[in-house]
Amino acid sequence: MNTMTSRIWSWLVLLVAIIYFGLPLLGTFEFSLRMLRGTYSFEAYRVVLADPQFQATFGYSLLMACATIVMGVVLVVPTAYWVRLKLPHWRPIIEFITLLPLVIPAIVIVFGYIRLYNTSSWLPLTGTAWSTDLLMVCGYTTLALPYLYRAVDTGLRSLDIATLTEAAESLGASKFTLIWRIILPNVSVAILSGAFLTFAIVIGEFVLAALLNRPAFGPYMQLMGANRAYEPAALAVIAFALTWLCMGLIQLVNRRQRHLAVPQHR
Amino acid sequence: MPSPSNTIQHKGTHHAPARSWAWLGVVPFLLFALLFLLLPTANIIVGAFRNAGGEWTLANIYQLFQPSILASYTISLKISIASALLGGVIGFAIAVAVVQGDLPRWIRAPLMTFSGVASNFAGVPLAFAFLATLGRLGLVTLLLRDWFGINLYATGFNILSFWGLTLTYLFFQIPLMILIITPALDGLKREWREAAAMLGATTTQYWLKVVFPILLPSLLGTFALLFANAFGAVATAYALTGSSLSIVPIVLFAQIRGDVLQDPHLGYALAFGMVMITLVANSIYLWMRARSERWLK
Repeated sequence: MNTMTSRIWSWLVLLVAIIYFGLPLLGTFEFSLRMLRGTYSFEAYRVVLADPQFQATFGYSLLMACATIVMGVVLVVPTAYWVRLKLPHWRPIIEFITLLPLVIPAIVIVFGYIRLYNTSSWLPLTGTAWSTDLLMVCGYTTLALPYLYRAVDTGLRSLDIATLTEAAESLGASKFTLIWRIILPNVSVAILSGAFLTFAIVIGEFVLAALLNRPAFGPYMQLMGANRAYEPAALAVIAFALTWLCMGLIQLVNRRQRHLAVPQHR
Repeated sequence: MPSPSNTIQHKGTHHAPARSWAWLGVVPFLLFALLFLLLPTANIIVGAFRNAGGEWTLANIYQLFQPSILASYTISLKISIASALLGGVIGFAIAVAVVQGDLPRWIRAPLMTFSGVASNFAGVPLAFAFLATLGRLGLVTLLLRDWFGINLYATGFNILSFWGLTLTYLFFQIPLMILIITPALDGLKREWREAAAMLGATTTQYWLKVVFPILLPSLLGTFALLFANAFGAVATAYALTGSSLSIVPIVLFAQIRGDVLQDPHLGYALAFGMVMITLVANSIYLWMRARSERWLK
C-alpha cells in the first residue's frame, strides 16, 4: 500500500464514520422539530420542558447524581490514599474489586439488591422511599467505582503522598484535615473528571431506577418513548447535549490542570 | 486507624510494625463492596443452585437449556459478537488512520472527545436516536424513499431486529474501541517501523509481521471488553424493541419485573448464565492486557 492509497483509504474510513455518527444525530434533531405539521418548530422541546413529570424526574436524577458523586468521593479518596500510603500490597485486590462492576452486568447487581434487601429481609432497604433512594445511590456508586477509583488513583500517583502526610502530621494535622485540606485539593482534577463521568452515567440510567421502581429520568424517557412520537427525539437531543457537556467539562478541567501543573513543578 | 504519632514512628524504620492496624483503613470500602457488590452477586449465584425449598439443585441450570432460553442466549451472543467484531474492526481502522498520520493532526483531539461522548451515549436516548433515523418515519428511511425510491422496510430491514440492534450498538462500540486502542497504537515505536523498512519489509509485511503480533493481545482483549459491554446492555435494547426481541438481559428484566413470572428461580439461573459469560469475556480481556503490557511500555 503506498502513501496515496493509504491516504484515500483513511479519508474514506473517516467519511463513513462521519456519516454513521452524523446521521442519527441529524435524524434525531430533524425528527424532534417535526411536532407541528408542515413546519419545523421547537414545539416538542417546549412540551417536554413544560411537562411536570420531566421536571420532577430530571430533578430527582440530578439529586441522585450529586449524592452518588459525594458518596463516591467519600468512599474512594480515603481508600485510594490509604492503600497507596500504607497498604501497597493490597492494591491488586482493591483494584480488582473496583473493576468488578464492569464484569457483573448492572441488571444482575440490582437483581441481587432486590433479593437481599427486600421488605422481608434482614436489611429491608427497599421498604421505604428514602431507604430505596439510599440503596440506589449505593448502586450508582458501585457502577461508577471503576471510573472514579481509577481517576483518583492515577491522580494520587503523581503526588508524593508520604512526604505530604509527614509534613501535615508534623504540623499537627488530623487525618481528617489531611484528607480534606491536603489530599482532596491535590486530586481535585481527577475527582472532577470522575464526577462528570459519574454524572453522565447516572442522569439517564434506566435499569436500576426501573427495577427499584423510583421516579428517575431514565424510566421517564423510556415511558415517553413507548407513548409519544416527537418528545423522545427532543429528549434524546437534550440527553446528548448533557453527555457532551460532561465530556467537554472533563476536557476543560484536564486542560486547566496541564496549564497549572507545568509552572508548579518546574 | 493509628494515631498520627504512631505513623511517624513507623515511618523511620520502614518495617511493618509487628501488629499493624493499617488494614482498618480499608474496612469501610470493603464493607461497602461486600454489601453492594459481592453479597448481591453471590446471592444470585447461590440462588441459581437452590430450589424454592432452599435445597441444592441443578434443576435451574437445566432449565436454561430449554429451547426458548437457548434461543435468547443465541441471539444475545450473536448481537454481542457481531457488534464487538464490527465495532472493533471499524474502530481500529479509524484509530489507525488518525495515529499513522494519514489524516491531519487536528482531527485527533475532536475525534477523541467525540469518542468519549458517543461511548457514553448509550441507553434510552440512543434508542430514540436510531428510531428517529431508521424507524419507519425516520429521516434516513424517508430520504431513501423520497430521493432514491427505496422502501427500506420492503427490503426486509427492521430496526427492531438483529441487524437493527447491532447497528445501534455500534454507536457506542466503535468509539469505545477508538478510546482503548489509540494508546496501544501510540505505543508502537517508530524504530520498529524503521527497522522493518531497513530490513526490506513492505508496509504490508510490517503490518502483518510486526504490528499485528504485537497488538494481537490488545485487539483480542478489547474485543472481549466490547463483547461484555454489549452483552450486559439492557436499556438501549429495551427502549428500542420493548420486549419484541428476547435477548437475555431483556428476558431477565421481564422476569424480575414479574411480567412473565413462570419461575422465580429461572431468573437466578439466567443471571448466573450472564455472569458466567461476561466473566469469561473479561478474564480473556485481563489476561490479554497483562500479556500486551509486556510489549507496550
